[in-house]
Amino acid sequence: ELRDRDPPASRPDPSPVPEMERVLKDDAIQEKGERARMASFVGAMAIADLVKSTLGPKGMDKILQSTGRGRSVTVTNDGATILKSLHIDNPAAKVLVDISKVQDDEVGDGTTSVVVLAGELLREAEKLVNMKIHPMTIIAGYRMAAECARNALLQKTMDNKDNTDKFRSDLMNIAMTTLSSKILSQDKEYFAELAVDAVLRLKGSTNLESIQILKKPGGSLKDSFLDEGFILDKKIGLGQPKRIENANILVANTAMDTDKVKIYGARVRVDSMSKVADIEAAEKQKMREKVEKIIGHGINCFVNRQLIYNFPEELFADAGILAVEHADFEGIERLALVTGGDIASTFDNPESVKLGHCKLIEEIMIGEDRLIHFSGVAMGQACTIVLRGASEHVLDEAERSLHDALCVLSQTVNDTRVIFGGGWPEMVMSKEVDELARRTPGKKSHAIDAFSRALQAIPTIIADNAGLDSAELISQLRAEHHKENSTVGIDVISGGLGDMQKRGICEAFKVKQAIVLSATEAAEMILRVDEIITCAPRRREDRM
Amino acid sequence: MALAFDDFGRPFIILREQESKSRLRGLDAHKANVAAGKAVARSLRTSLGPKGMDKILQSPDGDVTITNDGATILEQMDVDNQIAKLMVELSRSQDYEIGDGTTGVVVLDGSLLEQAEKLLERGIHPIRIAEGYEMASKIAFDHLEHISTRFEFTAANIEPLVQTCMTTLSSKIVNRCKRMLAEIAVRAVLAVADLERKDVNLDLIKVEGKVGGKLEDTELIYGIAVDKDMSHPQMPKRIEDANIAILTCPFEPPKPKTKHKVDIDTVEKFQTMRGQEQKYFDEMVQKCKDVGATLVICQWGFDDEANHLLMQRNLPAVRWVGGVELELIAIATGGRIVPRFQELTPDKLGQAGLVREKSFGTTKDRMLCIERCANARAVTIFIRGGNKMMIEEAKRSIHDALCVARNLIRNNSIVYGGGSAEISCSVAVEAAADRYAGAEQYAIRSFADALDGIPLALAENSGLPPIDTLTAVKSQQIQENNPYCGIDCNDVGTNDMREQHVFETLIGKQQQILLATQVVKMILKIDDVITPSEF
Repeated sequence: ELRDRDPPASRPDPSPVPEMERVLKDDAIQEKGERARMASFVGAMAIADLVKSTLGPKGMDKILQSTGRGRSVTVTNDGATILKSLHIDNPAAKVLVDISKVQDDEVGDGTTSVVVLAGELLREAEKLVNMKIHPMTIIAGYRMAAECARNALLQKTMDNKDNTDKFRSDLMNIAMTTLSSKILSQDKEYFAELAVDAVLRLKGSTNLESIQILKKPGGSLKDSFLDEGFILDKKIGLGQPKRIENANILVANTAMDTDKVKIYGARVRVDSMSKVADIEAAEKQKMREKVEKIIGHGINCFVNRQLIYNFPEELFADAGILAVEHADFEGIERLALVTGGDIASTFDNPESVKLGHCKLIEEIMIGEDRLIHFSGVAMGQACTIVLRGASEHVLDEAERSLHDALCVLSQTVNDTRVIFGGGWPEMVMSKEVDELARRTPGKKSHAIDAFSRALQAIPTIIADNAGLDSAELISQLRAEHHKENSTVGIDVISGGLGDMQKRGICEAFKVKQAIVLSATEAAEMILRVDEIITCAPRRREDRM
Repeated sequence: MALAFDDFGRPFIILREQESKSRLRGLDAHKANVAAGKAVARSLRTSLGPKGMDKILQSPDGDVTITNDGATILEQMDVDNQIAKLMVELSRSQDYEIGDGTTGVVVLDGSLLEQAEKLLERGIHPIRIAEGYEMASKIAFDHLEHISTRFEFTAANIEPLVQTCMTTLSSKIVNRCKRMLAEIAVRAVLAVADLERKDVNLDLIKVEGKVGGKLEDTELIYGIAVDKDMSHPQMPKRIEDANIAILTCPFEPPKPKTKHKVDIDTVEKFQTMRGQEQKYFDEMVQKCKDVGATLVICQWGFDDEANHLLMQRNLPAVRWVGGVELELIAIATGGRIVPRFQELTPDKLGQAGLVREKSFGTTKDRMLCIERCANARAVTIFIRGGNKMMIEEAKRSIHDALCVARNLIRNNSIVYGGGSAEISCSVAVEAAADRYAGAEQYAIRSFADALDGIPLALAENSGLPPIDTLTAVKSQQIQENNPYCGIDCNDVGTNDMREQHVFETLIGKQQQILLATQVVKMILKIDDVITPSEF
């Protein structure tokens, strides 16, 4: 007898196996259409709102506490730093974090602005989507608007490349504008001077490696200084001279403990104690020869990346040579760069090794620490900025701020176009974009309009953060900008409108352009999404 | 659950632990399979066409991918259902074979399954449906051949190729600069193409991306870009007319394969050992210098000493270059990969007009570009973009465009896009259906309806009323006897795809129809699904 427990195939099934429509794994989540769009809008706007309050000269800082051991604390208002430290689950938010990181890598500043602008673009887009405008139409409008905004800004750029004095003052202004929203704003003139000096020494190279930033707690921020030479955070070996004039420096990367035999499979095998002594003596002799060879280069300073053992150190001391051990790799590279010497690892051909030179080497004290100071170096490009400050947190934030300023300046030296700041560029762009919206037929014009509103949101937020009446100020600003060639922007310090040219508030064109383009790109990317598929999270043993 | 009992009423065990397995049979199995297939297709449906939307995919580790490339979406979708896995395979094989149309093939498949479901409900045997589909796909296949056109292109006139690549790129997020990217893709393919043999080795095209800059900064480098820098920071950053030694041996004393021990037991031996060691380094560098190399590219690392010697003898070097890149460099520069220093001879060196280091942005990122190579048969497409996801998506898009260009060089027949080919096939299949007697006729007709699914999805994604648009275009095709009318997705104002310059490759389209039919046939033949139930 054969029994079939299945229902007969002919019987109509009211629901056609709904659970089989689920094709994904159990924990995977699939969100579609409106829900997906809402999830990504909400995520992106949440991120933008998070960093919004740090925007502008009166922006506030955030405390970030790490979950790692020690619960170390960072106080910052640098957008990229804040976003980098967040653990985010929302994919759209991750896109924003990513653009702020790229902005940091590419131009170094504007990391908050780019996220805020992208957030505002999405906020406007959400309204349009609710009005039943297709995301693709919005994207088309945004693209046109972004192009138009860029061109509007391009026409208003100033370029003082040929006039050195003016260019320097441009740089000063940019540096002060950048620094004014950071912890260094109290001493912004001082630090702007520092940064501009440092960058101008680079002579157009964007290689910020030759600007060394040393942080030493103690003193006040004002005690920070720019040193024309090079400071190595190392100690001089015992019994060696503490001061050398007209130094010939050999920069090396070589083992000064015991040279290992590099031939594969070699080992030492001895059959008596005396032989051990012999080998030891030979080893010592080898080291002595090596040191002699090094001394044979006619040097009076030797800097090595690796350790120097006591024995060679003693030999150097005997020869009156200053020997520094364990200078890290960056220190070595920088030192080689600034003194113009080679990094050497073999010492058989003294004639072909280029030695580094400097006028004076001396030991200096900063706070409690002893450092080695190389001054009068052959290459004028490098310099060291020593930051002083009350605590590690202050110093860290100061370094980040200074780094931003240096990045912007070095980019500006290459692309010398400059624009005003203080909400001026946004108003210029938004005016042109408004014009475009009026000329454009079709639904796209709504999107172009929205782009203009998003641009205006930036000065609004700056004013709000400063506790000003933003609605009043922005409308006044817009009226001012209706005139041709207005240079008016928001002056947060006085709390009203001001002539940006007179106040010397400037920004680099390259930074602003990057902000507009990458924010649009990111908004576009998020708008195009209509489905989010989240895979089941990989299981971890310890989820802390 | 099927249970058989013997004479004494004891059950035969047919399936081990059958209680813990769920089982579907007959029409239910068919319906379940069809539903799963349709669910996958529905996910991809909105990504079709120039106005298609993207999907965010979050991997188990939380990494985010944003794409509208069908193969990529399905690959990362964490699919559990067996039938859905078949669809993933389907899109993957389209990707391997053609490289483009991975979304279209899945949508077509879903559409075919949907039609098959209706026929199943009418009680037509699945095998008859499958056979009908098979016949219909032949008709469509031949019809595509019939409506395809050939176009001639030469190395000088690349316009037709560029147009086709633009069609591919227009559905991606990079469509902002599709013209430029299409040109880059075509130039890259032509640079490595063997026009006589009509073949292209896409391995010779390297696609590299670096975050930062604009998409417009994307460039084609006639040479190789390697994500490495010089081994010693003070080596020259720019070398003209370089003679390149490509080595796979480290600058270290040799390590014989046989195990050995060198015993040092006297001071003399210790000293000879030292001398020997120095000689090794010296000879290695000298050997490179002797054959006239001005740049050394090595797969392995260098000892500090060797590094310095190289620097001192003014011989720039790059270390830790990956195997694939090494091969590309060898191909591009016409050099030979040398495994031992003894075998280094002048004729094994590669030539390059210019080797330079390129740096980006404010970070320390650097790349080494080897340009103006002796054999310009290897190129690099270097993508820039606002963020990581953009670059990844641009890479995928470029890959699609490269595949299309390659397919065109292999076979320069094209069909017009915008759904026109599908509509035309649908008309042809519909007309042919009446000639077949039996249940297959129904299946063939359903096939024709399924083909309409693609233009329908296109119209829907573009915000057009789907049925109105499709019927209008279809009647236009028949009235004007013009198989080139399609859906006007970009609102250009004309239906004629010849005027819009929207092409697709013939083989791509044919492959889509064949693959989709095959998978549907496979799914239809399943009548029993046994799954172990969850714990």
